[in-house]
Amino acid sequence: MTAAPVVLAKVGKVYGGRRVLADVNVSFQPARVAAVLGPNGAGKTTLLGILSTLVTPSAGSVRWGDQTLGRGSPLRARIGYVGHEPGIYGDLTAGENVALFAGLYGVGDGAGRAPALLARVGLGEARADAAARTFSRGMLQRLALARALVHDPTLLLFDEPAAALDPAGAAWLTRELAAERAAGRTVVLVTHDLAAAAVADQVVILRRGRVVFDETRPGGFGADALRALYEEKTRG
Amino acid sequence: MAEGRPPGFLAQALRIAGKDLAIEWRSREVLATMTFLAIVVVLIFSFAFVVEGARPPAAVVSGILWIALVVSGTVGLARAFDREREGEAIRSLLLSPAPRAAIYLGKLAATAALMAITQTVLTGLAGVLFSTSFAAVAGRVALLLGLGIIGFAAAGCVFSAALLRARGRDALLATLLYPIIVPIVIAGARGTSQLIDPIAPDFDGARFWTQFLVAVDVLFVTAGVWAFEPIAASD
Repeated sequence: MTAAPVVLAKVGKVYGGRRVLADVNVSFQPARVAAVLGPNGAGKTTLLGILSTLVTPSAGSVRWGDQTLGRGSPLRARIGYVGHEPGIYGDLTAGENVALFAGLYGVGDGAGRAPALLARVGLGEARADAAARTFSRGMLQRLALARALVHDPTLLLFDEPAAALDPAGAAWLTRELAAERAAGRTVVLVTHDLAAAAVADQVVILRRGRVVFDETRPGGFGADALRALYEEKTRG
Repeated sequence: MAEGRPPGFLAQALRIAGKDLAIEWRSREVLATMTFLAIVVVLIFSFAFVVEGARPPAAVVSGILWIALVVSGTVGLARAFDREREGEAIRSLLLSPAPRAAIYLGKLAATAALMAITQTVLTGLAGVLFSTSFAAVAGRVALLLGLGIIGFAAAGCVFSAALLRARGRDALLATLLYPIIVPIVIAGARGTSQLIDPIAPDFDGARFWTQFLVAVDVLFVTAGVWAFEPIAASD
């Protein structure tokens, strides 16, 4: 794992004349879970899009170590992304999905690696050969995580991963976030779910495209404190 | 990092094409629809043009073949990015180290392969229905059709990707695509007609249209590779 932080400096984004992000200065550290919170339209998903390299910032830069993170950057191969949509092929089996992306990332023996990854996310042998379109929402999220982990990424991005998950699925997700932190990855989580965000050591709150809160507390914020903080920073 | 480095450009394109063809082999839904539609088009024209067993002119047979190619190919193109749209698989694909151009060429290759299979069935059927023998010029006709399919798929994949999230994309696809592919259809139909003319085949004329299609293909594929990058960008 690379120990370099991901640093956003004066990042802004304008869509069709509408400012979505402005003057965002944030850094995300390795072996930490960062939760990006904010009301609808605050710019959270745009921020994640910029980190994923799929969205180009209108201003500022994103640095990762000594390189700029942007479209076409080879650093893209070190990013894993789990969105609220699973990002997998419903017509392929779970194993085939993992093997396909393993191949695209150049991971040797993708097909051989798939069973272990699927087992790790709780999709054992019984599900490995089933078409992904037959999966429940929770199972699709597990498969999405297996797909995102197939190349052992250094930066792992989650966009509303808990959406539509049942309580058991949400608890599994919380454990996974902690496990990825323990594995040394830089984890960035965009969510409305304050319970899911409680696992985070760093909380960034966006409001109208600007960072109104950014603080790191190793060991987490606690759900009640996080709720109070969120209401205070997003009021009005 | 897991061991290994991203495979080369061609390997990425082939992997994407292979994925599409593997899915299609399992379901055969797009291929079946394309082939069915192409057969219906040829049958309708055969009832319209074949009178009392008389062989229709070569220009008519050629025109029917190319119209069927366009109609069935449009169906294939309309579905070309459907599987990427479902579940936002396109995002995973764009995030992977595969170059955008490799994604485009992979989709193009898969679409062209399905069109080639359909067109093979269609040409055989047209030969029977219109008493036209392609045997003597099979290679040259296949070359013309192949070039036409590549040009058609090259232009079509760009529009299909651009309309990925558009409402009414099926209607829009045909509206945008057909004016662009007119040169391909004219060149293909004229060249095929000159090859299968039973009385006076014009091989020089057909060679001109073949060369014309090569030039159009180079132009369309180059433009497609260039255009796919900004089209694929999510912002």
